[in-house]
Amino acid sequence: MKKIYQVNILLIVLLISSGCSSLGVEPWERDLLARKEMALNASPIDAALDDHIYFSKEASSGGRSFAGGGCGCN
Amino acid sequence: MQLTEKIELANQPRLAKNKAKNLKSLLTAATCSLLGTTVPANGQSQAEENQWQFDTALMYYGESDRVTAVEGIIAATKEFDDEEFLSLKLTIDSLTGASANGAVAQPYVQTFARPSGKGTFAVPSGETPLDDTFKDTRLQVNASWTRPLTTDYTISTGLHASKEYDYLSLGLNASLTRDFNKKNTTVAIGFAAFYDEIEPEGGIPNPLAILPNPQTTAFDDSHRIGSSDNKTTIDVLLGVTQVINRRAIMQLNYSFSMVDGYLTDPFKIVSSVDELGVTQHQIYEKRPDSRQKHSVFWQTKYHFTSTVVDFSYRYLWDDWEINSHTFDVRYRIPLGTGYIEPHLRYYMQEAAEFYRPFINQDDVSPSYVSADYRVGEMNAYTLGFKYGMPLKNGQELSFRIEYYQQDPENPGYELPGVLQEVDLFESVEALIAQISYSF
Repeated sequence: MKKIYQVNILLIVLLISSGCSSLGVEPWERDLLARKEMALNASPIDAALDDHIYFSKEASSGGRSFAGGGCGCN
Repeated sequence: MQLTEKIELANQPRLAKNKAKNLKSLLTAATCSLLGTTVPANGQSQAEENQWQFDTALMYYGESDRVTAVEGIIAATKEFDDEEFLSLKLTIDSLTGASANGAVAQPYVQTFARPSGKGTFAVPSGETPLDDTFKDTRLQVNASWTRPLTTDYTISTGLHASKEYDYLSLGLNASLTRDFNKKNTTVAIGFAAFYDEIEPEGGIPNPLAILPNPQTTAFDDSHRIGSSDNKTTIDVLLGVTQVINRRAIMQLNYSFSMVDGYLTDPFKIVSSVDELGVTQHQIYEKRPDSRQKHSVFWQTKYHFTSTVVDFSYRYLWDDWEINSHTFDVRYRIPLGTGYIEPHLRYYMQEAAEFYRPFINQDDVSPSYVSADYRVGEMNAYTLGFKYGMPLKNGQELSFRIEYYQQDPENPGYELPGVLQEVDLFESVEALIAQISYSF
């Protein structure tokens, strides 16, 4: 099961990286991408608060950024 | 800032503008005095974009019958010349309430010695044993500095410190990004190191030792192995961000995390039961002293005509055999001058190899064991809703409410006797409410 996931993820990575050279926009086509709501982490404060909750309550952390040390939260 | 003051700000825009300006100058003065720099005098021709930008939030997190937490954040960012950014963040949180200690529910009243060794607490018949002694205030500071090295390279460095009554965490991080292909492709490499120290009241319990009977035995040296312990964490992150077209952007990250040291939770215990499911005694839990985690995180954002969808997926696997999947989707819809944003999150994890909801007293003593539901099999759901409204001068006020539910599952252990009559895998429900103000 675990192996299948890992192979799938590797395939996704390869597909994305092989397609990268033909992707993208010209600088004058960045009107939508430049908007605040299109930032990958558009609400960093919300993300920080969520990370703290899920870090304390689940066995997984990180992904978007560092998994980190943190707190003795229960 | 008081909650009432924030509401007042929303209702009285003109007053809000003045108040916000006052608040901003106050916070700017405070930030500058902390940094040892001078505040620009009023009326000085300081460019608008070079002002401090503040993001503040106050969050309430409340579980039914368990933990309640209140967390406040003040983050300040300033752009200096040449795209250099300095970010400072202060987080304060306060936690009170009860947390499951790992012991099984029983069809009779159970009495436990408090982890500190001071006094006992009783748990009613049929209820999940909760240790109600959690009460802590935590202070966290973060600082980061980002600056371009050359046209294509950007470097970022950061510091992290968090302190609560019995816990200290210190960290530093650095990352380097390189832009390619007219900045349509960005490759990042990051590194972080943390040092955490825990000093629980009453000391570090002796792992796997039998807890003292609260009625007859007191704590002695056999129950404690020291006053504090520590762990170190090394994180490495590799990421690629790709602009797909005018409407879509995608990110893919791979993270590796290596944690070494004291990973046991000193407050968690495991019940040892007989063939009838009746607790004979409890032991202190013990987790391995290292953990290696890997994760792959994929995020896509797509801008439709007016709405924006944000989808992310994380797959995490580690050498504790905890595999987890996290799906998260947010959909931002413009509404008047503001926006609404529904949020859905689904999380599922498999149990750690050493997770046992209880142990049988006749079984061979395990090398590692934990009955903490947070390392057990679990599904969790979050349903949320956010409303954001822009105010004058680029300020924004937003409200967020979320419902979070955890459903622990039995990973396949047969429940002897009385354990079939009680709920060993009780759901946890929590409400999250947040108000944010940026100015």
